[in-house]
Amino acid sequence: MTAVEETPAGTAEPVGHGRMLRKEDPRLVRGRGRFVDDVQLQGMLHLAILRAPMAHARIVSIDTAAAEAHPKVKAVVTGEALAEKGLAWMPTLSNDVQAVLATDKVRFQGQEVAFVVAEDHYSARDALELIDVEYDMLDPVVDARRALEPGSPVVRDDLDGKDDNHVFDWETGDRAATDAVFERADVVVSEDLVYPRVHPAPMETCGAVADFDSVEGRLTLWSTTQAPHAHRTLYAMVAGLPEHKIRVVAPDIGGGFGNKVPIYPGYVCAIVASLVVGRPVKWMEDRSENLVSTGFARDYIMRGEIAATRDGRILGIRTNVLADHGAFNAQAAPSKYPAGFFGVFTGSYDIEAAHAEVTAVYTNKAPGGVAYACSFRITEAVYLVERIVDCLAHELEMDPVALRSKNLIRPEQFPYTTRTGWVYDSGDYEPTLREALRISGYDELRKEQEERRARGELMGIGVSFFTEAVGAGPRKNMDILGLGMADGCELRVHPTGKAVVRLSVQTQGQGHETTFAQIVAEEIGIPPQDIDVLHGDTDNTPFGLGTYGSRSTPVSGAAAALVARKVRDKARIIASGMLEANVTDLEWTKGAFAVKGDPDRSVTIQEIALRAHGAGDLPDGIEGGLEAQVCYNPENLTYPHGAYVCVVDVDPDTAQVSVRRFVAVDDCGTRINPMIIEGQVHGGLADGVGMALMEMIPFDEEGNCLGGSFMDYLLPTALEVPDWETGHTVTPSPHHPIGAKGVGESATVGSPPAVVNAVVDALKPFGVRHADMPLTPSRVWDAMRGRATPSF
Amino acid sequence: MRLTTTVNGEEVTREVEGRLLLVHFLRDHLGLTGTHWGCDTSNCGTCVVWMDGEPVKSCTVLAAMAGGREVRTVEDLADGDRLDPVQQGFMECHGLQCGFCTPGMMMTARALLDRNPDPSEGEVREAISGQICRCTGYSTIVRSVRWAAEHECAEREEASS
Repeated sequence: MTAVEETPAGTAEPVGHGRMLRKEDPRLVRGRGRFVDDVQLQGMLHLAILRAPMAHARIVSIDTAAAEAHPKVKAVVTGEALAEKGLAWMPTLSNDVQAVLATDKVRFQGQEVAFVVAEDHYSARDALELIDVEYDMLDPVVDARRALEPGSPVVRDDLDGKDDNHVFDWETGDRAATDAVFERADVVVSEDLVYPRVHPAPMETCGAVADFDSVEGRLTLWSTTQAPHAHRTLYAMVAGLPEHKIRVVAPDIGGGFGNKVPIYPGYVCAIVASLVVGRPVKWMEDRSENLVSTGFARDYIMRGEIAATRDGRILGIRTNVLADHGAFNAQAAPSKYPAGFFGVFTGSYDIEAAHAEVTAVYTNKAPGGVAYACSFRITEAVYLVERIVDCLAHELEMDPVALRSKNLIRPEQFPYTTRTGWVYDSGDYEPTLREALRISGYDELRKEQEERRARGELMGIGVSFFTEAVGAGPRKNMDILGLGMADGCELRVHPTGKAVVRLSVQTQGQGHETTFAQIVAEEIGIPPQDIDVLHGDTDNTPFGLGTYGSRSTPVSGAAAALVARKVRDKARIIASGMLEANVTDLEWTKGAFAVKGDPDRSVTIQEIALRAHGAGDLPDGIEGGLEAQVCYNPENLTYPHGAYVCVVDVDPDTAQVSVRRFVAVDDCGTRINPMIIEGQVHGGLADGVGMALMEMIPFDEEGNCLGGSFMDYLLPTALEVPDWETGHTVTPSPHHPIGAKGVGESATVGSPPAVVNAVVDALKPFGVRHADMPLTPSRVWDAMRGRATPSF
Repeated sequence: MRLTTTVNGEEVTREVEGRLLLVHFLRDHLGLTGTHWGCDTSNCGTCVVWMDGEPVKSCTVLAAMAGGREVRTVEDLADGDRLDPVQQGFMECHGLQCGFCTPGMMMTARALLDRNPDPSEGEVREAISGQICRCTGYSTIVRSVRWAAEHECAEREEASS
C-alpha cells in the first residue's frame, strides 16, 4: 500500500487521508470476490419467476399442474397461494403496496405472476414454460400525459376507492412571488424537456439466497442490497418474522446505482420458498428481468421557465412536472419528499423567486422512480436548470459561461437558503468554474469552434454547473417508512493495536473498506492497513439505512470520524494514567499522546490499547477495553458542487455525436482518497454520456418494453467515452466532522446537461435551441431538420 | 453427455447436459465463480474466459464445445502469490470498483498484451469494446492495461540487458 500523496486542507501530516490502493482489490482481481450468485449451500434449490407477457390484463386462471409434475420441481407458487398466507402484497418504500405475485391483474409487462422452485436453474426455467396462464387483455396506460384523462383505464383499482391514476401532487416555492417576477421580467424563456426513463443496469443483476432454519426459526438472506438493515426491518414487517431472527448478508455487490435499494418481489419469493420447502433457495434474475422489472429512473416530463433581465440577471425559475411512477409507487425517497430532492432545481444561482409543482401518475410500466445515482431526483432538477439556463443564453445571445458566472451564488452568501428552503452549507463556485475553463482552454475552444463552423463542421461546447444535496439526512425531517436516516458506526481497538470498524452502510464498489479505514486512521493514528472494515451483515454491524444518494461519507463517514474521536478521548485518559500526567497536559500527535513540553514522555495508541486490555489499574472510572459506538444524525445535508465542460463533434452526414473531451472539476469538500474520488467521478461521467446519447427504456403503444436487453438498452463502452479530464477545488462542509461531502453521484447529476448543451451548441447553425435525450443519430438528424423529438 | 476438458491446466471430466453453457459449467460444476454472468446476449463480457488461448464469451459457448480444448479463467491469472501484471495494474490504477466486470476485462487485457505488448490507448479501448463496465468510465481500465504493458516492457528490457 502506498501512503499519502495529498494533505487535506487544515491538517498536517495525515496518517489516513490520501491516495491509497484499495483493500478490497486483492480478492476481486483474483476472482475471489463473493457475490450473491457465488453462494452455494448444501441442498440449495433454484427459483425462477414467471412474468407477465403483457402490460395490463386480468388473470382468468393459472394452471400449474404440468409444472408441478416436472420431476425436478419442488414447488410452484402463485399469487393465490401467497394470498392465503397474507403475503401476496408487500409495502413499497413509498408507502404504497406492490404485488409480490399478481393475484387479480398484471399491471406491467414483466410483473411477477408465479414462481417455480426446482433442483437446478435450468429445470426451474423449463417448468415456467409448463405453467398455463389465461389472461383477459385490458387497455394499458402507457403515456403518462394521458393517464389523468377522463375514461383512462385505472391502473390501481386494487386500492380502495381509486378511480383515477393520480399518485400525488407536490409543490414547493412561492407561486405568487414567482409569477410576479415573471410579470416584470424583460425576458421569459420556456422549454419542454423530457428526461426519459433509464435504468441503472448494474453489471450484477439482483438476486438472493434465502435459508430458513425451521428449528431455530432463523432466516439468513444473502441479498444484493444497498441497504441491508432497512431491508431486514421490512422483511420483519412483510413476512411477520421477528427481526432478531433475520440476518441479511450483503457480500460483494456488483454495482448498485440505486437499483438495489428497493425490495423486489423476487427477494420475498426466495424467502417464502425457503419457508415452504425447508431448504436454501437461490433466486438470480437474468438481464432482461433486471431491465424490465426492477427500479428504473427518471421518467420526468418537465416544462421549465426562466425569467431574466435583458442583461442576463436571472430573476426566477418555475417548472411543472409530470412524473411517471409506473404501476406501483415504489420509489425510494425520504417519505416527506415525494419528488425526492427536486426542490433544489434553482441550482447554483442566486435568484429572487422559484416555484415547482410535480404531479405523479400511475401507468402500466415497471415500478420504481429514483435510482441510477440521482441523489433523489437531483439529476432531473440539475438537468432542468442547466438546460433552461442554456436556453436563456441562446435567447439573450450571451455566452453560457458569462450568464452562469453572473448569477452564481457568491461565497459570502453561504450558508445560503434557496428560494425553496434548502440551506446550502458551503460553496465557492467561481474558482471551480474558472478551473474547469482553465483545464478545458475554454476561450481557445470557442475560437476553434468559430473556425470549424466556418468550414461547415459541427463542434459543440457544453457547460454545466451543479450543486448537489447529499447525505440524507437529518432525522427531524428525513425517514424512509418511518426509519430515521441516521447511521451507526462501531470501532474496536484490539489489545495489539489493530482495529475493526463496523459500518451500517454498504459498498457496491465505492471502496468503503479502504476509505473508512482511512477516516478512522486519520483520527486515531492507527495505520489504515491495521484497520479492518466490516459491513454487509446485519448480525455484525450497527443499524443504519445503507448506501444510496451519496450518503455514505456524509453520514457514515461522519460517524466513523466521531467514533474514532470517542475512542481517542478514552485513550487520552488511559494515557494520562500511563504517563502520570494530567489529561489537559497531554497533546496528540498522530498515533501518540505526549506530555506537553516533554515529547520524550509519550505513549502510542498501540501501547494504550494494550494497557486498556491488560493488567494493572486504569484511571478512576475508566472501564477496560478500547471501543465505542455512535449513531450519527446529520445536522444538514452536504452540498458538493462542480463545473463541467464537454466538447462534442457532430458528423453532419450521419448526425453521430462523438464526445471529444470532457472536463470535470468537482468540489466534494475534504478529500479522503483522491484516487477513489476520481473513480467515482469517472463512472458518473460515463453514466451521463450514456444517458445523454444512448440510454432509454421506451415502450410501444401496448406497453411492451422495448429496452429489455443489452441489445436494445445501449450502454457506453470504452469507444463511446473520452479519456476524462478531472480537477478539483476544496470547500469543506462546515458541519461535517471532517469537512467531507458526498461525491458518488455528482458526475451523474452534472454531466447529462453538459453533453446535451454541447450537442445543442453544435447544432446552433441549424437554429436548434433544444433536443431531448437520448441524442441518438436519428434524433440529432431530426433536430437538424427542425423536426420534433418523438414523444415517447 | 460426458465432457472432458482442460480448465486452468487440469483435465476435468463431468456428466453435463448438452445445453449447459460454459459459464454455468465453470461456475456451478467446477466452483470457479470468478467468471461472472451479466447478460444473456453476449453484450457485457463479464463472462470472458479463454478457449485455446482466445477470449470467448462463455455465456454463448456451450460447455460441450470446450470438449478436448483448453479453458483458462481469471483464477489462473496469478502464479501462486505472484499476480499477473494485468492484475497488479488494475490495483495500481484503480481499474476496478465493484469488481464484477473485472475478471472478464483482465482476461481480454491479458490476451491483448500477449499479441500486442505495447498497445496504444485506442487499441486498448478497441480490445475491451465488447465489454461493459458501469463503475469506472473505462479511463482507469485503459491506464491499468497500459501500466501492465509498460511494466512488462521494462521487465523484458531488464532481462535482455
